[in-house]
This record gives sequence, structure tokens and C-alpha cells, in this order.
Amino acid sequence: MKNYVIIGNGFAAAGCIEGIRSVDQSASVTVVSGENHPVYCRPLISYYLQNKTDTERMQYRDPDYYERMGCSVLYGRRAVRINREQSLVELDDGSALPYDKVCIAAGSAPFVPPFEGLGSVEQKFSFMTLDDAMALEQAVDQDSSVLIVGAGLIGLKCAEGLCGRVKSITVCDLADHLMPSVLDAECASLLQKHLEAHGIRFLLADSVSRFDGRTAYMKGGDVIGFDVLVLAVGVRPNVSLLKDIGGEVGRGIITDEHMQTSVPDIYAAGDCVECTDITTGAKRVLAILPNAVMQGHAAGVNMAGGTELFDRGMPMNSIGFFGLHAMTAGSYEGDVFEEKADGMIRRLYTKDGLLKGFILIGCNERAGIYTSMIREKTPLSSVNFELMKKGATTAAYPEEVRRKKFGGAV
Amino acid sequence: MKRVYVNEEWCLGCHLCEYNCAFANSGMQDMVLALKDKPIFPRIHVEEGERVTYAVSCRHCRDPICVKCCIAGALSKAGDVIRVDQNKCVGCLTCVLVCPYGALAPNRDGVMQKCELCLENSCGEPACVKGCPNKAIVYEEREDAV
Repeated sequence: MKNYVIIGNGFAAAGCIEGIRSVDQSASVTVVSGENHPVYCRPLISYYLQNKTDTERMQYRDPDYYERMGCSVLYGRRAVRINREQSLVELDDGSALPYDKVCIAAGSAPFVPPFEGLGSVEQKFSFMTLDDAMALEQAVDQDSSVLIVGAGLIGLKCAEGLCGRVKSITVCDLADHLMPSVLDAECASLLQKHLEAHGIRFLLADSVSRFDGRTAYMKGGDVIGFDVLVLAVGVRPNVSLLKDIGGEVGRGIITDEHMQTSVPDIYAAGDCVECTDITTGAKRVLAILPNAVMQGHAAGVNMAGGTELFDRGMPMNSIGFFGLHAMTAGSYEGDVFEEKADGMIRRLYTKDGLLKGFILIGCNERAGIYTSMIREKTPLSSVNFELMKKGATTAAYPEEVRRKKFGGAV
Repeated sequence: MKRVYVNEEWCLGCHLCEYNCAFANSGMQDMVLALKDKPIFPRIHVEEGERVTYAVSCRHCRDPICVKCCIAGALSKAGDVIRVDQNKCVGCLTCVLVCPYGALAPNRDGVMQKCELCLENSCGEPACVKGCPNKAIVYEEREDAV
């Protein structure tokens, strides 16, 4: 009987478990879970703060999931080293797990820059895990002033989650607009106005020079008092387990389309890997949930002797704040078609005869039809793109394609 | 499995399926009380292209991308039917972002809802099919496109 070890217990790990079991029902599967929780929906931690969900509803799978999947889970344990010579995963309690195949699904860790005086801040938090959210929940009350460093998705979702629970929220970022990795300045400003209308204050194109207790001194001269600090500057993929044994690593762990790393019998999936963005051909860390689930599944299938490729990686996000949704996908290169109205932007980016990306704010109906065109690399010449510019519709496909899509099981 | 299919050459574009769907899922006994003067949020919608109309609802894909992408674990495949657990859904709309058929839309409260073939509501069989005046929408076993 084979031994499969999965390092990590997030979405990629769940995908991996399910991938393994789709091929091999009898193998031993052991999950090394740093967190003391069964797999839960991490992107929901801001919704948890908003009371839109709770720890029970946040469970990603049913309560008997691991039992049903025939997995043992080691909670509160971390893998510290992979011993290639003896095929062992060594854990932080000195024990070791023998493996035939291992999947590194170790995710990422918050990146904390070496701010001067950070040690003098008593109440400081990251916002990555359920434990982070629960600790933050305990630390704030209606009189709290909160400073969030980082106006990316994590920082902004944290701001939304805390809104209404605290007295004031200030978000600062070195970038001059929100979510610089997925939005341009104009789209970001639309979201910023919406967040500001809910009382969230922004200090952009500025960064903290030093902290002193409950005060942040900004480089631009502003002085911000706060009770609670949230650091959401960025994340770093957890690559060390592979890097330490000489495996190939870029910004993330490098794998092939089978999610196999450069080291035999070691696979990797999720936020700790980098993969090819099909819209640019570039290698990137695409740390989004769908990629984690699909990469994990592919890794699991391949570990167990089947074949499944992950070859459709691309960035995509559905981001909502206080009811205003922005959807983005792909890359923003080439020609752009733009439609704008009050509180609404539709941008479609085309290059080399293909749809490469989009930004949709306030007009997200049926957006998956656009996403699918990007994923499938549907030639623009094969669809009525003029119709698509008015809104995503499968009616833009020729009749025979529609017949295939809608006339039978898919 | 039996799925809902639409023969687009027979679709009149009358939108009755949308009303029948909204009513079947309203939990109410009286269609007028359920729908009159209210915005409706059906789980099927009529696509209108140039000289073509056809209704679209969940394809109940064999390998559903919406389920893989759901950040809340709210979408799942129960047997052959893809269901949404509205208690778990947080309305992030990631499923709308990925459904290649444009088959998903939220309800009036921003929570996802989807065609579950009327198996659990008072209709008991797809209301869109039952009420289609030109029998353009059918509920049948198919594998390949016909």
C-alpha cells in the first residue's frame, strides 16, 4: 500500500485528497495540518468578522470528510524537512512520515517588512487565517482605531470585515491606488470611493517610516494614532521545504503541468507554486483559490498514477466590497474596448485575435462567458464580438457551437 | 441523467420560462401574488442574439468549474445535480465569474441560486419545461448534442 503525504491542509490539500481518491481508494493518505482546524474557507475570514458566516458554515467540507476520504490528519504539526534519501517527511515534533509521493501544499505566509519600531506595537495582527480573524475580533471594540498597512485584497477585505465593529479604519499603501496587482488607477478609484462612503479612510502613495507604540509616523509627514495594527503588506510562498533540498524554485515552487516538482516523487500545488499564466505565457504565482483546488486535484491524480494536467492557469478575481463587485481576469494587454457609465466600467482587452482579459465593475452578469473565451483561447473571429461588447452572451457564438454547448451533456 | 435542453429554433423568446421558474421557486401558491409588480429573479434566462433566442439554465456539467471555484464550499455535486447551499454562500459571485454558460445569477439578496431542476420545490419537475408554450424546452436524457 502506498503512502501519500500532503503538507498543508487548505484548498490545494483538499483538491489533492480528492484527486488521489479518484484514482486510488486504498492508499494511506496523511495530511500535515499546521492549523488546528479542518479545511475551512479562508477567503471567508472577512465575512466571519461581518457575521455573514460562522465557524461552522465556513467548513469547506462536511464534518466526516477526512474519515470518508480515509485520511489521517496531524493537527498542529509542521513539516520541517523532506529527507530524500530515506523518503521521509520530518515533522516539528521529531517524528517522521514515510512517503511514496508527497505533495507540498504549504500555501504562503505574510510578509512583514522590517519597520522601525514594530516591536513597540502591542496589538498587531496578520489577516490570513481563521485564528488571525478570531484574535483580531477579540482585540477590537467599538472604540478601536485600526490602521491597516496594505491596500491589496487582504487589507481591504479586512477593512470591510471590521467596518461597523470599530471606531475608525485607516488603510495605507505605498502604491497610489487600491489593489495595484489587479486594478488600474481609474477602476481602483471607483472602488475607493465606495469604500470611503462607508467611512474607511485611505492614505495612499505613502508608507510607514516608523512605529512608536500606538503611533505610526508616515514618510509623507502624517502621524496616525491607532489601537490595533493589521499588517497586510503581502505574502510570500512557502517554498523552503523544496528549496532546502535543492529543488527548483522561483518566486514559488516550480512544477510541470503534472504539478511535479524538479525532485522525484515530490509534487506541489496552491499558493506556494508558480505556474504559467496562459494569457501572457509568463510564470507567476497565481495565488487564487480555483488554481489551488485544480492544481491540488491534478497533483493528487498524478501522484496516484493517473494523468491530469493543470494547464489553464490565469489570474481571475471576483472582488466585492459592500455590494459593489469588481470582476477581473487575465492580462490587460493589447487593444482595449471600454464602456463607461456612472459607477460602471466594462473593459475588454484583446490581442493576437484573442480575448486576453477584462475588468468589469457594476456589470458582471454572465462574466464567465468572457472568462471561458480566455481559458479556451476562442478566436475572436469565430464569435460575434460586437455583440459581446454589449454584454457577455453565448448568443455571440455560431449556431453549431451553441448546439454543442447547449444541445447535449457537457 | 435527465437535463433541461432548449431547441433554439422553437424558442419564441416569450420569457414565460423565467416567470414559471420564479413562481415555482417562490414557495407561494398564487402566481399573481408571487410575481405581480415585483422584480423577478429566475434561475433560467432567455438569451437574445441577432435573430435567435433560447433559454439558458444550469447545464449540470459532469466536471463543474463552479464547484471547484466556490470559495465558500457552497456549491456541490449531489449525485448528478449541482446544488447551492444558500446558508454557506456569501455572495462573492466567483461562480458567475467562471460559469462558461452564463447560467448563474444571484437572488434579490445577493445570495446565489441556481437551477436544481425543480426536484425539491412544489413543482417537482422543471417548471420551465412544463410551461413552455412551444415545447422548445425539454427535460430528457441526452449524451451528445442533437
